Amino acid sequence: MALKFGIVVFPGSNCDHDSQYVAETILGQEAKLIWHKDSSLGDVDLVILPGGFSYGDYLRCGALARFSPIMKDVIRFANNGGTVFGICNGFQILVEAGLLPGVLLRNRSLKFVCQYVHLKVENSDTLFTSRCRKGDVLEIPIAHGDGNYFADGDTLKRLEDRNQIVFRYCDPTGRITEEANPNGSLGNIAGIINEAGNVLGMMPHPERASDPELHHTDGRKLFDSIVESLIHHSQLA
Amino acid sequence: MYHSKILVTLRQSILDPQGKAVEHGVHSLGYSLVRNVRIGKFVELDVDARTREEAETVTKEVSQKLLANPVMEDFSFTIEEKS
Repeated sequence: MALKFGIVVFPGSNCDHDSQYVAETILGQEAKLIWHKDSSLGDVDLVILPGGFSYGDYLRCGALARFSPIMKDVIRFANNGGTVFGICNGFQILVEAGLLPGVLLRNRSLKFVCQYVHLKVENSDTLFTSRCRKGDVLEIPIAHGDGNYFADGDTLKRLEDRNQIVFRYCDPTGRITEEANPNGSLGNIAGIINEAGNVLGMMPHPERASDPELHHTDGRKLFDSIVESLIHHSQLA
Repeated sequence: MYHSKILVTLRQSILDPQGKAVEHGVHSLGYSLVRNVRIGKFVELDVDARTREEAETVTKEVSQKLLANPVMEDFSFTIEEKS
């Protein structure tokens, strides 16, 4: 059986086709693009909110996309346990929509940063990281101007206590250092998951590190994890 | 008709790198007395309400739901009657 990926296209999304390419060509699954003005996701097994600059990042990144018509159904899907994966701008939309806690501020350097970074897998017990081991170091690119994760002290403590911090920026050997932090994120946070474990947001772009032609395939571990977890889950059901 | 002017400011607990960069610029100009530059947003809008209370309610709700993100921002506003 093939999983059905639903990839939401906002005005200004620009990683939607990359995500579709990875789902179809690299993973051999089905994928459809869903226009943000649609009111229903239709029959999908998981939703990707892709990277880009929805609504030109006007007001705040993700603030306007959060009110696109499709988001009502994305929120319903997520609240019913559906798998939602927000990448870069998708992560920003998820925090604006309240599906994940915290906020993504302007990079501390004020510069748009486009480079490969190293990520430490802090939690491999999620459907997005089941093919990784805790402590693994992944090399995946980032490309953003507003990826500086911030949450208040109570929220941060709750994230840590419940193991919701999935990725942190690290050096090539896996050490979480200030130098390895590309944007000023609190605690080097690069990606978090919701408490229920079905909604993950991350600033790095795994879809840009999934095709062997690009010489980086660490991102594929996340997609393979999702496919394996969801197919396994549906066979049990 | 009422006219609302809304100020959206970063919460004090949030570091403001833009403000810091501007502060450095101000100091480069020679104004060494200037401190604590913070950058915010200014939004103005008309509300076609019959009463000031209604205009206030609408302005407040729009600010809470969209114009400001309470995780990182505070807002304040003033309202004037528009002829």
